[in-house]
Order: sequence, then structure tokens, then C-alpha cells
Amino acid sequence: MKKLFKEIYIIWLREMIRYWRTKPRLISSLAMPLIWLVLFGSGMKSAFAIGGGQAGFDFIQFLFPGVIGMSILFTSIFSVMSIVTDRQFGFLKEILVAPVSRVSIALGKILGGSTTAMIQGTIMILLSPIVGIKLSLGLVLAMLPVMFIASIALTSIGLVVASRMKSAEGFQMIMNFIMMPMFFLSGAMFPLSNLPNWMDILSKINPASYAIDLVRQVSFKFMDTPTQVIDLLSIDLFGHQVNLWTDLLIVSVFGVIMVTFGVFLFNKSD
Amino acid sequence: MSIIEVKGLTRKFKDLTAVNNVSFEVNRGEIFGFLGPNGAGKTTTINMLTTLLKPTSGQALINGFNAVKDKDKVRSSIGLIFQDPSLDDKLTAKENLKFHAWLYGESGEKMDQRIDNMLGLLDLAVRKKDLVETFSGGMKRRLEIARGLLHYPKVLFLDEPTIGLDPQTRNRIWEYIMQLRQKEDITMFMTTHYMDEAEYCDRIAIMDKGEIIAIDTPKKLKDMIGGDVITLITDNNDQATQEIKNKFGLEVNKKDDGLLITKETGEEFIPLLFRGLSMKVKSVDLRKPTLNDVFLKLTGREIRDEEASTYDKAKKFYKMRIRH
Ligand SMILES: Nc1ncnc2c1ncn2[C@@H]1O[C@H](COP(=O)(O)OP(=O)(O)OP(=O)(O)O)[C@@H](O)[C@H]1O
Ligand SMILES: [Mg+2]
Repeated sequence: MKKLFKEIYIIWLREMIRYWRTKPRLISSLAMPLIWLVLFGSGMKSAFAIGGGQAGFDFIQFLFPGVIGMSILFTSIFSVMSIVTDRQFGFLKEILVAPVSRVSIALGKILGGSTTAMIQGTIMILLSPIVGIKLSLGLVLAMLPVMFIASIALTSIGLVVASRMKSAEGFQMIMNFIMMPMFFLSGAMFPLSNLPNWMDILSKINPASYAIDLVRQVSFKFMDTPTQVIDLLSIDLFGHQVNLWTDLLIVSVFGVIMVTFGVFLFNKSD
Repeated sequence: MSIIEVKGLTRKFKDLTAVNNVSFEVNRGEIFGFLGPNGAGKTTTINMLTTLLKPTSGQALINGFNAVKDKDKVRSSIGLIFQDPSLDDKLTAKENLKFHAWLYGESGEKMDQRIDNMLGLLDLAVRKKDLVETFSGGMKRRLEIARGLLHYPKVLFLDEPTIGLDPQTRNRIWEYIMQLRQKEDITMFMTTHYMDEAEYCDRIAIMDKGEIIAIDTPKKLKDMIGGDVITLITDNNDQATQEIKNKFGLEVNKKDDGLLITKETGEEFIPLLFRGLSMKVKSVDLRKPTLNDVFLKLTGREIRDEEASTYDKAKKFYKMRIRH
């Protein structure tokens, strides 16, 4: 057990060092959240100011968690690409020929990806006053574990694909194919209510919907959002309103399944 | 006792048999070489011996452990220098070694010492804090050798350790390898398609099309040729072939625009040959047999035929190192 943790730590540590040293990646991962927040936030805000919107509800309160969720989604999934580039550039063999369990390698990569996603999410939260969100210690502390769980679940989607892919180009192509619909049907940018039937069904089988809703429900708790708005925005599953805890359950179960599946696939791919 | 025991090892890729029913043993402390042209199945064999590839059939024991059933024990017993680059360019030389040591569960004061020693031994001490992406091809290769040895492996596998390097660097690397052999109690298993490098080995297996076609010491293999190699170019090679066969009872092989004859004490034979031939001799060359001659004798082809594609591969290899 101790050996397992140590191995995971080594793999994770290397991810972090590489994250820090690959400057373009580092800079874009820090700048992106800022750009999203400022551009999306301000733009949307002015658009919705025209329409009026719900009394006492600022649209940015809806958008902000969505943007965080989206950024976690993209960062998590793409960070696992390092498995593919390691394979492409030969370094994966160096790890595979060492007496290290495949499980540790996969878990180390998942944790590495989730960590980068969390760093990005945290920066966005800290920058949120720029778009008029009231920052509180409670918000930051509550968001950390939520972002952690969401990013692990999402990273493992990347692992499932990465365990088989031989080239970074191929990985990117397949991921874009998966991510675009996942993103648009996740409720990150617009509410999932009043969708046409087929979109409604797709959005409900989309795991990202619950991850984003989880992030959103938690952040609502710290933004004194009116209850009727929360009710209006929450996902309706088989006639029940999905609350924070249901989101958490769905995301966790999905996470466990995907991690297991991803680790299994990686283990088998020789 | 043999440190590597291979029996009937076979690997198929779809309908291609890359390694076909290969059996051999490697003695403890030996430098054992696989010599063969591109695509002979050398890397595929190494991949199976080092647990990276599952054999289609047959078995391999490394340090007494089965390469399929006892993967972790085999992995702890071996070091591997890959044919293709396998360093992390975003880590420094020292970090690469440290990461490696950790992967093998080694850390602490003694390991730090060892890392510094290895870096010193391979003349990388001054660059140890530099990112690997700033290294030359030869330096990267040396670092990979240092890394392969770091965790005191019982067997070190070297897959074309000098591929893509210039002759000078190649010689240096061999100096290091021979030096290490004396310092560390280690068995080496290497592959190459450079004839001169194969000469460093205690024993060589010549591999072609997935099969081992000969296995012995370099000297004994060359003795198979049965003497010195004479290359002859005449005005009329066809007639010369006929005359040599009739008068001296020797076998003649064609090569490019010359004729190859093997004869013991060749320097004494050449005057006799000149007297016996009726046509004009344009040039004559006498040399000791090489492993290439052995390969030619066994297969009717030359390993060197493949040299062009080796060059392409070396180019690709460099490109990869740059891109990384
Ligand atoms: N993963 C693979 N899938 C399909 N064919 C493969 C695979 N790996 C190797 N081969 C084939 O198996 C044969 C042996 O390849 P191998 O790499 O073992 O040759 P080698 O002796 O190492 O050659 P080289 O000197 O070029 O390194 C080749 O024909 C190669 O194309
Ligand atoms: Mg090879």
C-alpha cells in the first residue's frame, strides 16, 4: 500500500514539474480562465441587462460556475493527453519497464490532470471579484473538494480514450468529437430547461451536466441566490429535482466507474 | 548457470512472424549480442525478454524469473536502453535519474551518491542541472546508459546503443560500456547491425528474418569462412570464375563488379592465382573475414544492404529527439 502511494506520488510529481516547465501550457492555462471570465462574463451580463431577467438575480451568478465547470472539463480531459505524448515520445516505455504497477501509473496521471484542473479552477474563483462575484472563504473551501471530485471523474474520461491512442493528434481529434457535444449539452452556458426533447434526453445522460450542476449548486449556496431561481435552474430527472447531493452521488459513481474502466484499459494495453 | 534462458520464443504480428521459435542461453557476466539487419526481430525479442511484449508462444527466463508470469521480478532484475529515445526532455539530467531511481524504489543518500557517480562516469557531471532538451544526441545516449545501470540491474539490455551517432561518439560509448563492465557485476545483452560493434561481444547470435541462423564467439563465426577474403576484379569475370573453379577447386561469389574467394593464407595464394588466370587482373584486395562475410555466407545477402535504411532511421531518430 505504501509502495502504491509512493508510485502514484512520483508519477503525479512529474506531471506537476512538466506542467510548471511547459511555459506555453502554463501561461495559457492561467490566462484562459481570466479571458473567459472577463469576456464571457461582461458580455453576457450586458446582454442580459437588456432583457431584465429574474428579479434579484444576476446572470453572472449562473455563468460563473458554468465557466469554472467548463474550464475543469477541458483541462481535465486534455491533461491526460500526457499519456499519449509519453507513449509517442518513448518515455512511457521507461515507466512501463520499471517494477511499478499499471494502476499507480494510471492513478498518478488522473491525479496529475485533476490537480492542474483544480489549480485553474481555484485561480478563477480567486479572480471572480473582477466580474462582481462576492468572494468568501467559504466559497473557496467548499469549491475545492467539489472541483476535485468533478475533475477526477472528467479526467478519467480522458484516460479511457488515452489508454488506446498512439498519437496526440488522434487523441485530440477524438476528444474534440466527444467534448463539443458534452460541453454544449452540459448547461455550462445556458440553462437546460425548455430544450427540445432529444436535446433534453442527451443532456441528461451527459455526465458533465451533473458535474457542472454540482459546481453551480455549491456556488449558489454562497451567493445568496433566490430559491426560486435555484429551483428553476436545477435538472429535472424522472420528475425529481436533482439537488446538490444527488449531483454529488451521480458524479462520484460515474467517477468511480470511469476510473476503474480507464485503469483497466490502461492495464491491458501493451 | 545461465542468466537468460530462452526456449522456442515466437511472436507473430497478424500474419508476420517477427520472431520465430528462437532458443538460446546467455551466461552470467557475458556480453551477448544479437546481430542482424533491419526487421530481423531484434527489438521484438528484447521487448519480450523485458516484459514489454507478450510472446505468442515459448518462454523466457531472466535471472530465473519468467518474463510473462513474474513480470515485476524480471523488471527489477533488468535495465533497458531503448533503441528509440526515452528521456523526459523537460527534466534535467539529474532529475531523469532520480525519477528512475524512485520508480525502482531506490532513494536516499546512497542513491544520490550513486547518481552523481554515474553522471561522473559518463562525463555528464557538469551538465547535470541542465534540461535534457538542451543535450546533444550523444549526451542523451550517455544519460540513457547511466540511467539503465542506476538500479544495479543484473542484466542490461542495450538495443542498438549507438544508433544515429557519429563514429567518434560511438567509440566513446563503447569505451564507457567496456569500462562499466569491469566496474559493475553485470551481464549485457545488446543488439546491433554494426559489424564492428558485434566484435565487442563474447558471443553473438546472428539473426535473420526472425530466426537465429548462427550462434558462437565472433572468432569461431569468422573461422567458418575458412580463411582470408580475396576480392578480385578482372577483364572477364565470368571466365575468371570458371578458371578459378577448375584450376583451384574454389568457390567463387559475385559481389558488385568483383569476385569473392575465401582461402587460408591468402597472401601466399594471390601469386598462384595471378599465374593461373589467363585474363588481365584489374585489382585485387586481401582482408581478414568480417561478420558481414559470415552473414553473406549464411544468407547470400549482406547486412550492409540495409545500411541505407539505417541511415533513414538515424535521421528520423534525430528528428524525434529534436521534436520532443
Ligand atoms: N507492433 C508491431 N506491429 C506490427 N509489426 C511489427 C510490430 N513491431 C515490429 N513489427 C515487425 O516485426 C519485424 C521485426 O521488427 P523488429 O523491430 O524486431 O526488428 P529489428 O531487428 O529490431 O530491426 P531494426 O534493426 O530496424 O531495429 C519487422 O518486420 C516489423 O515490421
Ligand atoms: Mg530494433
